[in-house]
Amino acid sequence: MRTQRLVAAGATLLAATLAFSACGTRSNTSSGGSSSGTSTKVAKIGVIAPLSGDLSALGLGIKNSVDLAVKQANDQNAVPGWKLELDAQDDQATPDVGKNAATKLAGDDQVVGVVGTLNSSVSLSVQPVLGAANIVQVSPANTNPTLTKGADPANNPKRPYKTYFRTCTTDLVQGPFAARYLYNTAGLKKVATIHDKKAYGQGLVAAFSDEFKKLGGTITDAETVNPDDKDFSTVVSKVKPTSPQAIYYGGEYPQAGPLSQQAKAAGLNVPVMVGDGIYDPNYIKLAGKTSEGDLATSVGAPTESLASAKAFVDGYQAAGYKEAYAAYGAYSYDAANAIINALKTSLKSASDAKSARSATVEAMPSVSFDGATGKVAFDPYGDSVTRVLTVYKVTGGAWKPAKTEEFK
Amino acid sequence: MELFVQQLVNGLSLGALYALIAVGYTVVYGIIQLINFAHGEIFMIGAFGALTTWLLLGSASSNTSVWLLPVMLIGGILAAVAVALLMERFAYRPLRNAPRLAPLITAIGVSIFLQEAVRLFYGDIPGFPDAKLAIPFPQIDVVTGPAVVIGGVVIQRAAIFTLLALTVSAVCLFIFVNRTRLGRAMQATSQDPDTARLMGINVDRIIMVAFVLGAALAAVAGLAHGLRYTNIDFRMGFLAGLKAFTAAVLGGIGNIAGAVVGGLVLGVVEAMVTTYIPGQFGGSAWKDVWAFVILILVLVFRPQGLLGARVVDRA
Repeated sequence: MRTQRLVAAGATLLAATLAFSACGTRSNTSSGGSSSGTSTKVAKIGVIAPLSGDLSALGLGIKNSVDLAVKQANDQNAVPGWKLELDAQDDQATPDVGKNAATKLAGDDQVVGVVGTLNSSVSLSVQPVLGAANIVQVSPANTNPTLTKGADPANNPKRPYKTYFRTCTTDLVQGPFAARYLYNTAGLKKVATIHDKKAYGQGLVAAFSDEFKKLGGTITDAETVNPDDKDFSTVVSKVKPTSPQAIYYGGEYPQAGPLSQQAKAAGLNVPVMVGDGIYDPNYIKLAGKTSEGDLATSVGAPTESLASAKAFVDGYQAAGYKEAYAAYGAYSYDAANAIINALKTSLKSASDAKSARSATVEAMPSVSFDGATGKVAFDPYGDSVTRVLTVYKVTGGAWKPAKTEEFK
Repeated sequence: MELFVQQLVNGLSLGALYALIAVGYTVVYGIIQLINFAHGEIFMIGAFGALTTWLLLGSASSNTSVWLLPVMLIGGILAAVAVALLMERFAYRPLRNAPRLAPLITAIGVSIFLQEAVRLFYGDIPGFPDAKLAIPFPQIDVVTGPAVVIGGVVIQRAAIFTLLALTVSAVCLFIFVNRTRLGRAMQATSQDPDTARLMGINVDRIIMVAFVLGAALAAVAGLAHGLRYTNIDFRMGFLAGLKAFTAAVLGGIGNIAGAVVGGLVLGVVEAMVTTYIPGQFGGSAWKDVWAFVILILVLVFRPQGLLGARVVDRA
């Protein structure tokens, strides 16, 4: 009897640990910028991004870039009579934590807009919360098509939330772009796909496979892995006998790096190609020396090469942030500025921030300006109208742009 | 056939890692009936200890020569053993006579404490990398060079190292437990601590020895993990610990040979189901599901585990 009771208690406790490790929000709030003497009313722009954990390099870049946009808006007195503040919440790249963060922001009457999230899977649980509270959400990084076009984005697009916008383009474009690059430019006709079952990876691989088959290529093997895996030797051994010329992986760098390293260590010397989730220096650190030739697609043109992004890059460096702006910095900056542009209209005659929420949502579709990443404007679904993508290649231990093109 | 052998090799080398960690669960459970959930973190501390040793000795010149390997191993073991002893002394010993739930909850607390301590403070030590992200592990030349290929089967050197480490550790442990006075004292304490104490055995010391043994093997696993997967992070102990605990239960908790067998079986099962379960429920993503299905089946038909739990029921 004693033993049984102990086992039952152990199981309960185990479940409790799992639950605890998934909640516990680490919030990180910093107020934005100098207060100018005339401002009295406060409106907050929230950020929901992974500020700790594997993806924090990307998340902190998002937070800092929004912080920069907010500071600049305050300095220029972009919204007369209002002082903007930043409220950054950690989502730990986990849907549940993201939802808690969104609930917290929605409960704060001063919040009028949110930049985030990084992960499409987190946005899926954040959308309903912010949608119900009528708070504008602009993601700099979500590339899953269903977020703007509903369950069947390719054939029957239906916009689920009118509060949701994004400054980046989607997997509907990113996957096919990668397929065309591999088939047409690199001349590889046989590819194996692996994804991590998260909304992002799955969407990417589905869009890639459709286009690659349409072009005439062969998918030699389609595999899935768990998002927490460290050991990929078994899946690599399974893919290897199908002799693919490249591996297309749907996921992010914490898994993609070790996957690439283990594939090459197991003698599968083919390039690994992934979406924007691995376009990060940490990928090369994790994948090691053998990552030479690995490919990534990313939305937009390289931030460093854009004439339009120069002001952002200079401003970011002048502000002296500890972390790099990373892959989504410029998009986050544009996302924040899109919200600020809408606030110029909606806050003009508003008495308090909460009453301006729905006016802000209504003002978003007419936002149009030249941002750091090019023209920032939204189509009727809330997607960015700019659909420029770039293929990056690991060359000499760093990501180098290989090809930039507008997707048509 | 080639694929089968390849997956067998993959499974055995993964299983060897589970086995090394599982021994720690089983030794401690065998003596004080405590499921030490913080043991996964001891594995993590072992890996960070080895990394720290390298940072102190070799990183200046990017030294990766093979003499560093035993030094890193000793560094890792020292770190893991020190933390395990502190954990035993300050977290578990005060609760020695408390109801069983109290130390169990304490173990979970210690686990969270150790993870967060490494996450928050490791990077604050000057010259050490930020532990919030995965840290690349130094690649020691001989152990991580090009893979060995035997008849089309690729065996990574780090996998050979893991298997070798398991074999050596298991043999040493077997000799220690069965042939030395201290080992026999451990067996006696496991059977009946009160009588053992009457026979002049210092039970507190035996418990410490159990924690030291588990921690040393976990540190070996930590080093092997770092060499094999080329990077380590503060959360690596959670899932590895869970799997190793599963392996210990699968083999029969309290039974050292059972932990080794359980680990290897678990690893091989995970590798095989990746390849040989077809259709929707196959593939790498379902390997954990199948591993736990096997565990449930074993527990239903053989509740004492594969080799039988060697715990006397004192209830």
